[in-house]
Amino acid sequence: MIATLFQRAIMQGIPLLCGATGEILTEKSGNLNLGIPGIMYVGGISGVIGGFLYESSFMGHKEDMNGFLAILIPLVCCVVGSLLMGLIYAFLTTTMRANQNVTGLALTTFGVGFGNFFGGSLIKLTGSSMPSITLSKTSEFFCQSLPIAEDLGWFGQIFLSHGFLAYLAIILAVGTGVMLKRTRVGLHLRAVGESPATADAAGINVGRYKYAATCIGSVIAGLGGLYYVMDYANGIWSNDAFGDRGWLAIAIVIFALWKPNLAIPASILFGGLYIVHNYIPGIDFSTQELIKMAPYVLTILVLIVISIIDRRENQPPAALGLNYFREER
Amino acid sequence: MRQSHNSGTVKEPLFHITKRAAIPWWQSWLIRIASVLAALIVCAVITILATKQNPLEMYATMFRGAVGNARRVWSLFQNLAMLLCVSLAVTPAFKMRFWNIGAEGQVMMGGLASAMCMILLGNVLPEWLLLTVIVAAGIIAGAVWAVIPAIFKASFNTNETLFTLMMNYIAIQLVSYFVLQFSVPKGSGHIGEIPTGWLPTIFGQPYLLNIVVVAVLTVGMYIYLKYSKHGYEIAVVGESEKTARYIGINVKKVIIRTMLLSGALCGLAGVLLVSGTDHTLASTTAGGRGFTAIMVSWLAKFNPLYMILTSFLIVFLEKGAIEIATVFDLNSSFASIITGIIIFFIIGSEFFINYSLKFRHAAGEAKS
Repeated sequence: MIATLFQRAIMQGIPLLCGATGEILTEKSGNLNLGIPGIMYVGGISGVIGGFLYESSFMGHKEDMNGFLAILIPLVCCVVGSLLMGLIYAFLTTTMRANQNVTGLALTTFGVGFGNFFGGSLIKLTGSSMPSITLSKTSEFFCQSLPIAEDLGWFGQIFLSHGFLAYLAIILAVGTGVMLKRTRVGLHLRAVGESPATADAAGINVGRYKYAATCIGSVIAGLGGLYYVMDYANGIWSNDAFGDRGWLAIAIVIFALWKPNLAIPASILFGGLYIVHNYIPGIDFSTQELIKMAPYVLTILVLIVISIIDRRENQPPAALGLNYFREER
Repeated sequence: MRQSHNSGTVKEPLFHITKRAAIPWWQSWLIRIASVLAALIVCAVITILATKQNPLEMYATMFRGAVGNARRVWSLFQNLAMLLCVSLAVTPAFKMRFWNIGAEGQVMMGGLASAMCMILLGNVLPEWLLLTVIVAAGIIAGAVWAVIPAIFKASFNTNETLFTLMMNYIAIQLVSYFVLQFSVPKGSGHIGEIPTGWLPTIFGQPYLLNIVVVAVLTVGMYIYLKYSKHGYEIAVVGESEKTARYIGINVKKVIIRTMLLSGALCGLAGVLLVSGTDHTLASTTAGGRGFTAIMVSWLAKFNPLYMILTSFLIVFLEKGAIEIATVFDLNSSFASIITGIIIFFIIGSEFFINYSLKFRHAAGEAKS
């Protein structure tokens, strides 16, 4: 049972991890993108639209579906969808110099609406004969795990039973951490987030870094949405099922002190808190709601503690949420 | 050699962005109206693609949905009033550059407190005392929820955007908890209509009280921000904390006082929603208004009177889009898409109000 809890906690944690990694990358450039929840919805539904069109074209003979295309099409759709969302944000805040909070919240309104609209209307819009958005065949390809997983007992169940997107998420998180800490690009990016004026004076193209970080961050976050529908939810899209996971991802960014490596255990912890009530016997529905509150309380405590201790390396990027106008230095 | 070569062909960008001096008010409004029109055209194209109807008919449907009959007009004004109330609440904090994005949670806490009083004290206290307690409890709960982040901001400079954001979800989970605890019948997950502790109605119109209260608040907030000493202090702290400290304003006090006010008004919005109109509590009582209000307030440049316009625009579009979705059997989230697009356009238009583009002039082209 403990093994199952861990396995489910990891599955819950992966979408959060993607969102958190994407948001860390974005915030390191000084952009506080509150559109992440919307972007994750868009990433999920874009993948669903792609998969839906592909799978429904094989109505009646689904065994002919090509596994490679069944993964590639939703993946590309998801990347394009979330990239466009990132571009909207970057264009409005970096080029048009709009307020970041307002832009982000508008992006979330738009993205969640976009997801629910297509989730609720896709069948009618395409005139398909499918009764509901259930991409079980596509999902099978996404969930494909290593065949040796079953032979390795609890170890296999916890660590090897996941679809490829889960491992991709962890690789992306580790990779982002290395990039931020060990490469020149990462150094420049952090400079942009801490003090864009200094970075600009040092010859770093602030706008380009902000654009790149925001767009790549959005794509990573969007992958979390795709993992959620295709792997966790077995290809079934139901409106609002994704819930407040996007905000939870933003909480993880704080909880992990803006470090992608720490975001990995933090995501699994928060994912576990999301479902732990299923594994505690004799718990009633109302207490579950209190347990679901725990991640947010923990995050606030971390936020308070880091602001009281006030150590440089644990702080949010100094220019977080502020736009950079060269003319106003 | 190379140096001189470079200086001869120094690349001039296609255009320069320069900050404008203040432009006449009619010009800035022209830009805003143009952006709304552009957004409406984009929305129309999207709607036509989704519904395959001609645009005129679509706008007629939208109008019918928003103001088609008396009931809809009342409901429009009720929604307008509630959105405006939350927008007014967040405004003083925003003017101070304190990003209170926790309005959703503060409204929920106000609603939760008043619902608790309605349930627990409903048959205990006389009517007038009960109503007083309900209103007071709601306002205090909202204020407490807002002042916690404010105290930490003032004392330790804790990031208020992230703090208030997290407080929202704690409030929503608390409401979910109590809704399950007090659900009628037990275990149904709904509180249902609470029979006691309803705010009175004026002229038999269920929404009129809310509308009147919010109208008074709007004027009050305008005066508070524009003519009172507090309003001045808020503006100074918002412009520059250092200046504020230099001229002897107690910045800590201003932050905490302003957030108390902001939270109290959010709490009041919760009371008006729960005790005034819904007579029940659910985790969706605030309905995302706390987030929409941030956009409303910002789009109106923190001016309470303009906020009437911006919140009307958003509520009208929402109602209209929901009607389109119902008529054409589409998902009602269509409204969120439309709202999102409109806001993107208005946000974008602010750029053209604050900055102007100076294109590379022809002479420069000829020289190179």
